[in-house]
Amino acid sequence: MKHSSFFWFVLPSTVLMLLFIAMPIVSVVTQSFYTAHEQVILEVENCGPFGCTQETSVDQEATAALREAEPLGKFAGFDIYTDRNHLAFGEVAAAWVKSDGLPDFGSSLMNLPFYKALGFTLTYTAIVTPLTIVLGFIVAIAVNAVAKSLRGPTIFFSLLPMIVTPLVGSLILFWMVDARGILGTGLQWLADDPNLSVKASTGLMWIMLMVYGVWHAAPFAFVVFYAGLQTVNTDTLESAMVDGATRWERIRYVVVPHLMPLVTFVALIQLMDNFRVFEPIISFQASAHATSLSYAIFNDLGGETRLLSSAAATSVLTIIGIGILLSPVLVRTWRDFNR
Amino acid sequence: MSSIATKQTPTVKILANGFLIMWLIVAAFPFLWTLWGSFKVEGDFFSKANWANALFGTLTQSETGGSFTGAGYYGAWVQEEFWRAVMNTTIVCVCVVTISLTFGTLGGYALARSTYRYAFWFLLFALMFRAMPPITLVSGYLLPFFEWNLWGRLSTTIIVLVALNQPFTLWMLHSFFKNIPQDLDESAMVDGCTRFQAFRHVIIPVMWPGVITTGLFSFLLAYNDFAVTSMLLSKENQTMIPKIASFLGTTQTKGNVMFAVSAVVSATAPLFVMVMFFQRQIVSGLTAGAVKG
Repeated sequence: MKHSSFFWFVLPSTVLMLLFIAMPIVSVVTQSFYTAHEQVILEVENCGPFGCTQETSVDQEATAALREAEPLGKFAGFDIYTDRNHLAFGEVAAAWVKSDGLPDFGSSLMNLPFYKALGFTLTYTAIVTPLTIVLGFIVAIAVNAVAKSLRGPTIFFSLLPMIVTPLVGSLILFWMVDARGILGTGLQWLADDPNLSVKASTGLMWIMLMVYGVWHAAPFAFVVFYAGLQTVNTDTLESAMVDGATRWERIRYVVVPHLMPLVTFVALIQLMDNFRVFEPIISFQASAHATSLSYAIFNDLGGETRLLSSAAATSVLTIIGIGILLSPVLVRTWRDFNR
Repeated sequence: MSSIATKQTPTVKILANGFLIMWLIVAAFPFLWTLWGSFKVEGDFFSKANWANALFGTLTQSETGGSFTGAGYYGAWVQEEFWRAVMNTTIVCVCVVTISLTFGTLGGYALARSTYRYAFWFLLFALMFRAMPPITLVSGYLLPFFEWNLWGRLSTTIIVLVALNQPFTLWMLHSFFKNIPQDLDESAMVDGCTRFQAFRHVIIPVMWPGVITTGLFSFLLAYNDFAVTSMLLSKENQTMIPKIASFLGTTQTKGNVMFAVSAVVSATAPLFVMVMFFQRQIVSGLTAGAVKG
């Protein structure tokens, strides 16, 4: 394809992506170095019959005018990154000096908002991704083993948790595990504790969020693996059988290696998606127990005072996190292409 | 295609079937339960006395006289004007799907046919953009949008969603176009067509399966989005998902959780229908990226 026709064909997408993905990244990075103007303080001397008093008041008009003139705010350098709500160098150093032992240091880290969010996001990603792959694989093997006529309906119902809007799907689960809902009652009965409530316990809340994550993502892994299973070479399976391989050994040494490239693909997509975990925290109203990086940004942006700079700094840190997470994949793609 | 290797012993069959039944219950039961419960009163949906009340609607019977009630739906759709959100969602979804497919087919086609190195870099950048959580970009939108008075409008949100959709659309259509033999458009060009004419008369007629599949996923992205729509739309322009989220904030205190429940069921219904009709396309779309590498 000629350069010029390539250019015209990709122009609309390129313009859109530059304007609404690349430019916002620049804008986020810039914003994260600025902080909102402080309020303009007026000092007025009131002189009465009993002497003069100094009074300070906020000059609303001047503040508004200043903020209007320079909406970005004033330059703050790396101050926002190092403040208590983000990397909190000061607090971390103090906690390191004060703490006795790593567990103690860890628990004081979890009191800092950024590390709390990062801790949950990483734990969620690290636990949900492998579980999703394993569950999806087992479901795919099982579906492959049942009669052909049953496969259609099975796939239909299996797709539902993935297709349904994350916010809606997690709400549905949340209502069921409510202390007055069916699963909540079931849990209370199992634990023999009538006061058990998922909403009140940090541990249970983390588990519920991860259960939701696996429930939501497993269908994707299942569908991909199921498609892969259709292409497994039956000759190889048969010869393995002739050689005396048991059913388990056939799965272990023939099917799993065949599916390995798909596992990498699913893992890559899942890493990206799990790192941005967000909606379930809103639905589960879990922010007291678990916050994620995305939730921290959302929280800064919402509400009366939009903390743009704080949100921007968290965004930049999140993007860096994604970059670190994906760097092995990018390097590999690049190498594959060059080969 | 039955071979010895695919034959199973009865134990394996029972195990497989038993596991599948369990998985199906886990996957589908929550939806059925919520659908059933949405026709009850709150006292039954969240039953302090006995969970089985949600099944039989004991309180619904004593409060409304019947064992089913549409009060939740009436409250959400009429009283809280959920229909307005449904209209907005429809507008957003139709526009996003149309625009992203138009731009995506053009770009995807060019990426599939170009043999130069920059096409690869283009796709790699698109992949990186795909990895970006949308909420991180939202903090970059807000200030300029406020400044230029673009905030709160449906059109702004549509364009933003189309842009966020592009990386994925390009990747998917790129792999679909790779499967259309190159001889097809090249022979048209030998016959004197320009590149665009070849695309218009030869490729467009055969591209629909791939485009429909990609369109389904664009639709899902627009329909399911919460991060962008909740931050960029003003209250009267809200789409369904942020509207449901706003029910949670206000109605739980008023004791009108049932509004949210019926809104949730209403928002799930179109997806249900979609999966029913397009199951094959969804499955092929999910696997397209994976199997072809």
